[in-house]
Amino acid sequence: MTDWTDACATDAIDPEDVVRFDHGGRTFALYRSPDDRWYCTDGLCTHEQVHLADGLVMDHLIECPKHNGQFDYRTGQAKRAPVCVNLRTYETRVDGDRVLVRIG
Amino acid sequence: MARRDYSLLGPDAQRAVETGLAAAEWYHTDIPRAEMKALMARTDAPAIRDTAIWLGLMVAFAGIAIWLWPSWWSVPFWLAYGVLYGSASDSRWHECGHGTAFRTAWMNTAVYHLASFMIVRNPVTWRWSHARHHTDTIIVGRDPEIAAMRPPAAARMLLNFAGIPDIIAGLSRMLLNAAGRLDPEEATFVPVSEVPKVILVARIWTAIYAATIALALATQSILPLMVIGLPRLYGAWHFVLVGYLQHAGLADNVTDHRLNSRTVLMNPVSRFIYWNMNYHVEHHMFPMVPYHRLPDLHARIRHDLPAPAPSMWAAYREVLPVLLRQLRHEDAFLRRDLPPTARPYRAEFHADVSAGAPGVPAE
Ligand code: FES
Repeated sequence: MTDWTDACATDAIDPEDVVRFDHGGRTFALYRSPDDRWYCTDGLCTHEQVHLADGLVMDHLIECPKHNGQFDYRTGQAKRAPVCVNLRTYETRVDGDRVLVRIG
Repeated sequence: MARRDYSLLGPDAQRAVETGLAAAEWYHTDIPRAEMKALMARTDAPAIRDTAIWLGLMVAFAGIAIWLWPSWWSVPFWLAYGVLYGSASDSRWHECGHGTAFRTAWMNTAVYHLASFMIVRNPVTWRWSHARHHTDTIIVGRDPEIAAMRPPAAARMLLNFAGIPDIIAGLSRMLLNAAGRLDPEEATFVPVSEVPKVILVARIWTAIYAATIALALATQSILPLMVIGLPRLYGAWHFVLVGYLQHAGLADNVTDHRLNSRTVLMNPVSRFIYWNMNYHVEHHMFPMVPYHRLPDLHARIRHDLPAPAPSMWAAYREVLPVLLRQLRHEDAFLRRDLPPTARPYRAEFHADVSAGAPGVPAE
């Protein structure tokens, strides 16, 4: 199970919120949904490379802080212009009070 | 600086990319995440209320004006209807384009399309244009939405109070798009995948205008055009009046909205028509915050911003002398002083602006 990376404590993210997580020279966005599930995507918006962790989580959408483009963070799908390119997503799991991410 | 070239395809555009001004990192006031989240939170209620008032008043004013037509007594009602059609549509286009006015997506989309039609801005093209305005605010050669260029195009700026240059540009773009083509400048910011949508909207609009003109001809009356189309001219003055204050006379080619944007305190009627976009520094710094929370955002960060203009009148007293000066000396601009509580401008990016460049009025 060496490909699972410890990202943060479960209580480091409020429900319906996002935090930034940097690892191995890359940046990710880690989400906690309103129904208490964890998700992970690439950290930068596919439109103009802005950190999504500064954006707003509403239900299962992340809204980018720069031009209000939206993605479904569960699937990475681009949902509202000006974002057109989907985000890459990563598997997550909870181990005790830690959130782990499988970074491919 | 040499004469500015505002074309998105010209030498200034190229220079902005080479010097790192394009898509640069901009200054933001620090706000703890929890507070920011509260400010960004979405709700439908304020925009539903405001939209009901907006559309309700439009129906009422147009109804009375049609009823009184062709008496001169109809004029005040046309003027009121015109401002709601030709000016309030600008702010509704803007807020719903950001997707912040309503929480519910379809409500933003519906009002966005309606307002885009009224203001004659293709909703697809202008979404991309406005994204560029936020990425490269008042960067010469990059920002397609600079209303007050240097030197100021005085005649054009004045004619826009009656909507004339805008409507000529808007309708000719509409016809060009309806013919299946894009202007070369539009093509620099509209992705190829979006072009069919641009063309579809232009064709629908062309059909609506053609039907309105046909009705006017059939009834031998301009009444149909008084309701659809002409209010974009006779009601444009308010959005132009408040819109020029957003950036006119301030610095260009900087990466700090405190230097190139202006917050103006305004009367409640103008704020309703303008949907609080008078808090313009705040909006540019944090475009995620809905219009109805901008007064709160202003209160939260005002310690870090230049003092707002206390009224439209005060703002114009500041702007007009600079614009007149720019007619002869286009490098003139107004430097915004920060209060002692503010984080200073980043000298590494804004050395000339911070120190006051030659020919710059330092008031
Ligand atoms: S940078 Fe994310 S929407 Fe533009």
